[in-house]
Amino acid sequence: MKKFINIENKTIPIAFLFLLIAIWQIIVDAGLVAKYILPSPKDVFFTFIDILPMIKGHVLVTLYEALLGFFISIVFALILSVLMDNISIVKKALYPLIVISQTVPIIALAPLFVIWFGFGRLPKIIVVVLVCFFPIVVSLLDGLESVDRDMLNLIRSMGGNKFQIFRFIKFPASMVSFFSGLRIAATYSIMGAVIGEWLGGSEGLGVYMLRVKHSYALDKMFAAILVIVILSMTLFRIVALVEYLVMPWTREMDK
Amino acid sequence: MNSCQKNNEKLLVKNLRKSFENLLVVDNISLTLKENEFVTLLGPSGCGKSTIFNIIAGLLNPDKGNVYIDGENYTGKTGRVSYMYQKDLLLPWKRIIDNVALPLVIKGESKRKAREKVKKYFEVFGLEGFEYKYPFQLSGGMRQRAALMRTYMFSKDVILLDEPFGGLDAITKSKMQKWLLDVLNKLKASILFITHDIEEAIFLSDKIYILSDRPASIKEEIIINLPKPRDREITTSEEFNEIKRHILNIMNN
Repeated sequence: MKKFINIENKTIPIAFLFLLIAIWQIIVDAGLVAKYILPSPKDVFFTFIDILPMIKGHVLVTLYEALLGFFISIVFALILSVLMDNISIVKKALYPLIVISQTVPIIALAPLFVIWFGFGRLPKIIVVVLVCFFPIVVSLLDGLESVDRDMLNLIRSMGGNKFQIFRFIKFPASMVSFFSGLRIAATYSIMGAVIGEWLGGSEGLGVYMLRVKHSYALDKMFAAILVIVILSMTLFRIVALVEYLVMPWTREMDK
Repeated sequence: MNSCQKNNEKLLVKNLRKSFENLLVVDNISLTLKENEFVTLLGPSGCGKSTIFNIIAGLLNPDKGNVYIDGENYTGKTGRVSYMYQKDLLLPWKRIIDNVALPLVIKGESKRKAREKVKKYFEVFGLEGFEYKYPFQLSGGMRQRAALMRTYMFSKDVILLDEPFGGLDAITKSKMQKWLLDVLNKLKASILFITHDIEEAIFLSDKIYILSDRPASIKEEIIINLPKPRDREITTSEEFNEIKRHILNIMNN
């Protein structure tokens, strides 16, 4: 029964996706939309295979920026959340600023970063950090705050100090929400890097997309989007896999 | 200081008083717990029993009164007595053996040494074979056993149990009570127990303090002289029911 549900869970979204792609193919084939306005899925797929060796360099640059930015945000978020959780004045001072940082449109910021830091990789990495670290901080902070009070009291009654309370209770207890933040951030990271490149750069998928857009090569555009989707999904899956590996106590369904 | 030890008093609580924002919760509570004795605080829900425990455990400071353990003043000091709640509070991310060894690790032992030390107790507590399971893989009764074992590992002499079986179904609860008596036969410990279940109190205790509604004060102290070791049958005996009737009378007036 369980197996059946599992298969069903995967088949339904995949079948639906294929249905949408089929409809798209039929519409383009029937000539309802001109091919230079909307390339057919088949064309996109063949272009994808075609350009893959060519854009490998761009992909690697984007991946490098995204991953580096992602890791910097994790480190940043860890330090900030622990500080904010332990010292309430730090939280009071920083939390509003962190929220405000998210209200400033990236589209306006990225060109400024280019002016300040040049056309290299640094401004892109900053954009990635800016979009990634917010979901991680917020979820980690929530996790640290939602710890069972009785559990804290128990460790206190045993004479545990602040560091032990953090190590044995608070940190592991906040892992679940930490990872949900990580999963969101992982999908944002590639997008962040692409946006950064799009708004000023000399290499990377964003730059490539800007070029093919200017030459109206929409099939290449869609192929690049496909690359971005695949990269983001892969990162997401990797984070989910790490989550599964480091938190064996959440595998209740495997009993 | 020595006079207390001569009477083999493990724990002495004197004239505790505690209020929260003008609401008097604990009023002039005094009690004693001797070595290897099982003493129960019996009272209605929400009467302030847990506040008394929090004060004894050192998590709360009383407005008035003192807590002595082995003759030494432990008022407001944590880390001396062990405390178990109704919720098992096992850490879901640690295997049973590491949960049980946690108090030793907090006291500064290495994980390996702490594991070594707790291993031999798994048999006594009926948890053999479950050392490396995670808490979610255990039944409610098993988890309470593990929680009690952890409590015991922390402090082997004074143990506070706050309605430890309150969350279990009636059948498991009854089994666990018998089990607790059996374990206490093998391991010597002084237990202060909280419950609102009259039968549970009589079945387990050597002495019962009956508490009033909030603010909690002691209505009466009853010595239970039923023979030990006790069996389930005792709960239907004439003596048992006599005590029960007596307690019900006190609680209801």
